Order: sequence, then C-alpha cells, then structure tokens
Amino acid sequence: MNLLDPQGTVAAANRTILVDSVFIMLVIVVPTIFAILAFAFWFRASNPKARYQPEFVYSGRVEMVVWSIPALTVILLGGVAWIGSHQLDPAAPVPGTGSPVRIQVVSLDWKWLFIYPDQRIATVNTLTVPAGAELNFQLTSSSVMNTFFIPQLGSMIYTMNGMVTKLNLRADNEGKLQGLSAHFSGDGFPDMMFDVNVISPLAFPDWVANTAKADAVLNEDSYRKLMQQGVEWGRPTYRLEDPRLFDLIATQHIPPGPGPELASEAGRSHSGGHDAR
Amino acid sequence: MLGKLDWSAIPFDQPIPLVAGAVVLVAILGVLGWVVVKGHLPYLWHEWITSVDHKRIGVMYILLASVMLLRGGSDAIMMRIQQAMAYQSQGYLPPEHYNQIFSAHGTIMIFFVAMPFVIGLMNLVVPLQLGVRDVAFPTLNSVGFWLTATGALLVNISLVVGEFARTGWLAFPPLSELSYSPGVGVDYYAWSLQISGVGTLVAGINLVTTVLKLRTKGMNYLRMPMFCWTTLASNLLIVAAFPILTATLAMLLLDRYLGFHFFTNEAGGNVMMFMNLIWAWGHPEVYILVLPAFGIFSEVVSTFSGKALFGYRSMVLATMAICVISFMVWLHHFFTMGAGPDVNAIFGIASMIIAVPTGVKIYNWLFTMYGGRIRFATPMLWSVGFMVTFIIGGLTGVLLAVPPADFMLHNSMFLVAHFHNVIIGGVLFGAFAGFEYWFPKAFGFRLDERWGKAAFWFTLTGFFVTFMPLYVAGMLGMTRRMQHYDIAAWRPWMIIAAFGMAVLTIGVICQIVQLVVSIRNREALRDRTGDPWDGRSLEWATSSPPPVFNFAFNPDVRGEDAYWDMKAHAKQQSLAHETPDYQDIEMPRNSPTGFVCAFFATIMGFALIWHIWWMVILGGLGAWATFVVFAWRDHDEYVIPAEEVARIDRSNIEERRSLVSMAGTV
Repeated sequence: MNLLDPQGTVAAANRTILVDSVFIMLVIVVPTIFAILAFAFWFRASNPKARYQPEFVYSGRVEMVVWSIPALTVILLGGVAWIGSHQLDPAAPVPGTGSPVRIQVVSLDWKWLFIYPDQRIATVNTLTVPAGAELNFQLTSSSVMNTFFIPQLGSMIYTMNGMVTKLNLRADNEGKLQGLSAHFSGDGFPDMMFDVNVISPLAFPDWVANTAKADAVLNEDSYRKLMQQGVEWGRPTYRLEDPRLFDLIATQHIPPGPGPELASEAGRSHSGGHDAR
Repeated sequence: MLGKLDWSAIPFDQPIPLVAGAVVLVAILGVLGWVVVKGHLPYLWHEWITSVDHKRIGVMYILLASVMLLRGGSDAIMMRIQQAMAYQSQGYLPPEHYNQIFSAHGTIMIFFVAMPFVIGLMNLVVPLQLGVRDVAFPTLNSVGFWLTATGALLVNISLVVGEFARTGWLAFPPLSELSYSPGVGVDYYAWSLQISGVGTLVAGINLVTTVLKLRTKGMNYLRMPMFCWTTLASNLLIVAAFPILTATLAMLLLDRYLGFHFFTNEAGGNVMMFMNLIWAWGHPEVYILVLPAFGIFSEVVSTFSGKALFGYRSMVLATMAICVISFMVWLHHFFTMGAGPDVNAIFGIASMIIAVPTGVKIYNWLFTMYGGRIRFATPMLWSVGFMVTFIIGGLTGVLLAVPPADFMLHNSMFLVAHFHNVIIGGVLFGAFAGFEYWFPKAFGFRLDERWGKAAFWFTLTGFFVTFMPLYVAGMLGMTRRMQHYDIAAWRPWMIIAAFGMAVLTIGVICQIVQLVVSIRNREALRDRTGDPWDGRSLEWATSSPPPVFNFAFNPDVRGEDAYWDMKAHAKQQSLAHETPDYQDIEMPRNSPTGFVCAFFATIMGFALIWHIWWMVILGGLGAWATFVVFAWRDHDEYVIPAEEVARIDRSNIEERRSLVSMAGTV
C-alpha cells in the first residue's frame, strides 16, 4: 500500500506532486533549520568571539527578504496546487484503453459493495477491474460516512448517504492491491479493508461471465440484509437483479441503514454494537 | 426518577476503566481528606476556590491542564500499545473501548489541556505585562475557569458512569446521531463541550476587553509585549469562533434530543453542513492555541538573547494576518469530499498563505538570536526545540494543503503525525516554555534547571521517535483510528512509535520530578528580585509572587520593552525614588459565584446526559439564581489602605535594591 509505489496513473501523478512539493519546501526548510541551529550555537553567551549587537532589532532589508522567501515559495506551490487540483480533480476523466468500466460503490456498516450495473453483477469486499481501462466510480453510503481509498491507485473520496460522489481512476498493472476506508465509521471500521484484483482486459469478460453465474441475487431484499451492521469475512458475489439499485440507495428510496439494535431500553450502547469479530 | 441512569451504566465487566476510575477516585478522596484533616479547607476556599485574582485563576487553569495532560497522556499510551500489539489480532482493547479512548484523547488534549494551559498563561501574565491590577471582569474570569473545570469533570465521570463518545473527537454525524450512537457517549461529549465552551467564550471576552481597555499609562498598542498581541489575536478568534462550535453542537443535540434533522441522513439533514460548521470553528481553534505559544516564544527568545524582538512591527502584522486568514481556510479539512477543483485550489492556496506570516515569525526569531547573547535556560531550550520541530510540521502542513497530495494523505497516519507535530511541537512546547519562564513569577522560586533540561531532551527525543514513524506509516497507506490491522508493513513503525511513547513518558515524569524537587529546594531557588531572567516586560517589574494588587503604582511606559527601559534608566539615575505618595487601592472582592455556578452547571450537565429532567431544572435554576444573587451584590470591592500598600511595596523595593547594589551592575 506504499504511496510511493503507484500502480495507476492518478496515483503516479499524485505522487509526483507530493514529492515535488516536498522538494520545493526542503530548499527553504533545510537552510532555515541549519541557520537556527547555527545562530543558536554561535551566539551562545559563552562564546567570546560572537559580537553582541543588542541594537540590531530592525532591518528593512532583512524584513524584505523574510517576507519574500515564504511568499515566493507559496506562489510557486500555489501554482502547483492550482494546476494539480484541476488536472487531478477526482471527477476529471482519466483516459484509458478500451471502454470505461462503470462501478457503483456503496459503503455499508462495515463492508464495501461494488455494483457493476452494465455487467449486471455485484461483489462485496473485492473489487475486480481490468488493467488500462478508465474506471468510473460513483459512490454513496448506506449509513454513515466513509472514504473510499485504494492507496496505490490514487485519490480517495468520501461516501455519504443520500449523495453521490464521483471518482475516476485507472489501474496500470495487473496484480493484487488493497483498499480501505479512510474515514472512521464505527466498531467494524478496521475490517473495511477490501481486495483489489487488477486483471488483464482479456480476462475481465471471463470473470464477469463467471460472476454472473452466482446463485445469490442482489435486489432490494438481499441489500437490506447486507446493510445490517456487521463485518463480512467472505467475498460474496451476486447477480444484479435491478441495475437501478444504486440509484434507489442514493436517492434514499431504500432508507439508510438501521445502526445498532439496542439490547435493552436502558440503553448502554456498547452492548448495542455487534462485536466486530 | 433517574432517567436513563441505572446500575448497568457502571462497567463492572470492564476492568480497565473501573480500575482507572477507582484510582482517580481514591486519589481525589485522598487529597480531599488530607486537605480537610490538615485544616487547609478554609485557606483553599478563601484564597483559591473563590479567588477572583487573575494570577490565582491562571494558576488553577494550568493545574487543571496539567492534571488532564496526565489523563490524555494515559489514553495516548494505551493507544500506542494497542496499535503496536494489534497486528493480525485484537490487541488488548476491544473496538468499543479503543474508540472511546481515541475520542477522549483528542477531546481532552484540545479542550482540557491545550486550551486551559494557554488561557491560564494568558490570565497569569497579560494583566502584569499591561501593567494593570486585574482583568476587566474578575468574577466572570472565575466563572469561566470553573465552567471549564465542569467540562473536564463530566468527561472524567464518563470513564466510570456510562461511556464516552466513540465517534472521534469531532463527533461527525451521521455516526454521532442517535440512530448510530444511541448511548450516552456523544451526550457526554457534547454537554461537556457546551458547558466548557461557555467558559472559554467568557474567558475570551474578558481577555479581549482587558487588552483593549485596560492598559497602563503610555502602553499604547505598539508598545505592548508580543504576548499581549498574540493574546489579543487569539481571544478575538475565540470570540468569533466559539459561538460557531456552540451552535453546531446545539444543533447536534437538538437532533439527538428533540428529533430535529439538521445533520441526519433522513428528512433533508446534511452532514456536509456539520463538516463546514465544525471546521469553521476547528481551524481557527488551532490558531487560538498556537498564537499564544508564538507570543511565549517571542518573549522567551528576546529575553534569553538579551535583545529586543527583531522586527516587532512585522511580527504584529504577521500575528494579525494569521488571525484573519485563519478564518478562510477551513475547507482544507475535507478536500476529499468532492468539492470541485476551483474550490479546492482556492482553499489550498489560502491555507498556504498562512505559512507566509508564520515563516516570517520563524525568521524574526532567528534574527532576534542573531547578534544576541543567548543563555540556554530551559525556556530557551524549548523555544529552539520548537523552531526546529515546528518547521517540519509546517512543511507537512503545507504539503497537506496541496489538494492532490491531500487526496493521498487525508485522514492518514501522516495527518496524525502532522497535527501532533504542530500541536506538541508548537502549543505544548510553548506551554512548557511559558511554564518554566513564568513559574518564578507566579510562585517566587525558580524551577530546577537540571530536571527541566532532562525533561526537554526526553520530550524532544520522544516526540521524534513517536511521530516520525507515523509519517512513514501514513506514506504506507495506513489510515487513522485503526483498532487492529493486517498489513505487515505497518507493524515495525507502530512498534517504534510505542517505544517513542515510552521516552515521551519519561519526559513527563522528569517534569513532575522537576516540580517536586523545586518545591523541596524552594529556598535555594528563591527569586528575591522579581526579575530572575533579566526580563524586558512589566511582569518582571513587580515582586515574585506579585502582591494581590500587582503594582503599587501604575507603571508609566515610555517605549517597547517597558521594564528594560526602566532598568536602563535606573542604572543611570540610581534606583532611589523620592518617597512615593501611596494611595488606597480598591480590589475586587472574592466571590464564590464561579464555583457555585459551576456546581449547578455540573448537576445540570449530568442530568441532561442521563435525561433526569427534574435535576436539569434544579441545576439550571441554581446556576441562574447564583448569577441573580451576584448581580444584586452591594459591595464588590474592598480597599487596601495606603499604609498596607506602602508596607508591602517598601519591603519589596528594599529587597530588590539590596540585591541590585550587591550585584553591582545588573
């Protein structure tokens, strides 16, 4: 999950900006730290060679320089931020080979549901994508906020109930990656890790065809069961009955997840949350 | 009768909070018992609890902060141990407990450690630096302190009775809404912050008024010490920002108590509104904390370099620039919510702009040292340590302000490392520097230098060993608030961090030992001059500890660095004054209003948390009645007769003069 080892275009571009920004700042920061230590050491009271200049309390030239150095750095970095924000806007298209794959993501308590509306399939806690293709994510949440994040593919984005966020990514190399939720969402939060399988574009249709043979069906009923609080250890796959399921969730036609069920009216809530394991 | 409260609220099945609670309870009862048996109760009541003296209130604020630092620090130790252990296992803390701990840690460290520490130092020092006898509203000051203490008390009660929030220190909805957090944890969180928030707000109003309206003769704005300027900026931010927090939490409470839908998923509630509001308070909050720290460093660096602050006016400008810009950057806390490129870029750049005045401050401290004659007493060590540490935190902060970089690092351990880097390296180091620097002023004796230096080196080392690994973990994709994890690459860094935490703990222990050793050696460490550091501002012009009226005469200020000026003149004219014409001094009377009011507020807060409505009414009426009684008071001041003032002042002057003549030249 090393950010410095990107496996996708967006992650690579993010890393470039991250590393460049650090270097731009280091140019200023390293000499400054050095100067602090040097001045503090040289002007120590016990050093007879240091000249005591109690009247040196203002200098227009020094002021000019000390306002300019950080200002120039910020102008440079501000440019990086402006251009970077536009080029790497999560909703900006990420051109890829082949036709884009649409994936609808729902964060549940405490698992991830990935719906492939065009392929009529859905998976939980595994995301399988073809290498090289543009991945169009639409994301929402069944209950509380989460953040969808695959560190080696790039930008993260929030999921919120009743709202849809957009994220475009591209995976460049085949292999297994991991994703996680980057926003705390309750007791099962640490178990919201998910697998990301990047497979060859040629193998992707086969995977879809295999998955479509699944016995389990994802429809409103099975979704309501899925959104009960709890951790999913398996990697279930589903046939998708209604390709509009995501819209029903996002528009709250299916109401938000129920949260913990109270064990008693007395209301000690930590008896309410299901044990995460 | 007792609302939701019954025996199930006490976690008999969970040994850790129960034992911790029992230890705290025994400690409190022990101290109380000792106080009563030894007959110190009347002294405590008359001289401290009901005191409206800004110095005493300042000391009590700092005491509260120190006690809560131990509590928040214990949480930190538990978290670091958990994350070091919980690789492919559950560790020793189940999620419902771990989640409370990190929520409590954040809440306590910000609201009940950092805030009271800086407010305490401001209370203690600012009136002295301004050359006045007290703050603008002395009784209100006491109320503010005691309400803060109420909040701290409620947070600690949650350890044993019920639970604390399990939502993180900002309690984001919808997780903090009733449907996802049905317990009393969020209510403990919200009510303790509401009550202590009132306390903070009145402290802010009080200090703003003090700086704006109560300055001694000749102390115009551009002669104020830097600490007064940063106090002004910080408290202006309090006055502007804390009402936002109060309103936001009030809306959350309305959702939870009366079925409103401000931030719920259903019925048109909007969680993004909460994000905006809480950070519209939350970002200024970090500057509320760090600006006073900047002021402390300015005082310390200038004093121990034996020079006036370099570029004073530039520093004032930088302070006020930070004050204003800090209100325009809140969105950088949620770049990853999909706001769109223009909005993200503008807020990113605005956030970077704050780095300009902050950088200027660093350079001005640097040039204050240039050409100085630097004495490395403990406060100066903290200051140099701060400068180096804070620059690193500033670098990572500006990095997080670049939206595409934030898309990778938001909410990660990298972020955790960043804000600890600036809050420990900035606020806490500043608080410690101020503590060492002004302790002799408050108590009349210095702190032991050897233990102080040991504390500094252990804390500095411990800080780097704890938090640098968290930067690495963040770069490895680790997100914050993980109760357990399965990624092998994260493990070594968590173990190093836990080791660093041990070093940090030694630093804190050194600080406690320093205090004990210094109290025992207080005669040897006694400061008879009132000016142990060869200081430059007016707080050093009076005795240590200062008399209740601070100054027998309002000092007459003729320039920046008022006391330095006086000393320079005194050297030429000798210290001899013609016999001064002492006058009666009127001082505000002590008042139990603050304590009694907070007592009822505690009852009300506790009752609100547990839905005990009759008790809510009782507490509310009690607090209100306390104020009415106070408003109808007849005598609010007492007079210290001129002879008494003369006697105190002469003895102080005698002592000082004999020391000065002994030393020859100062």
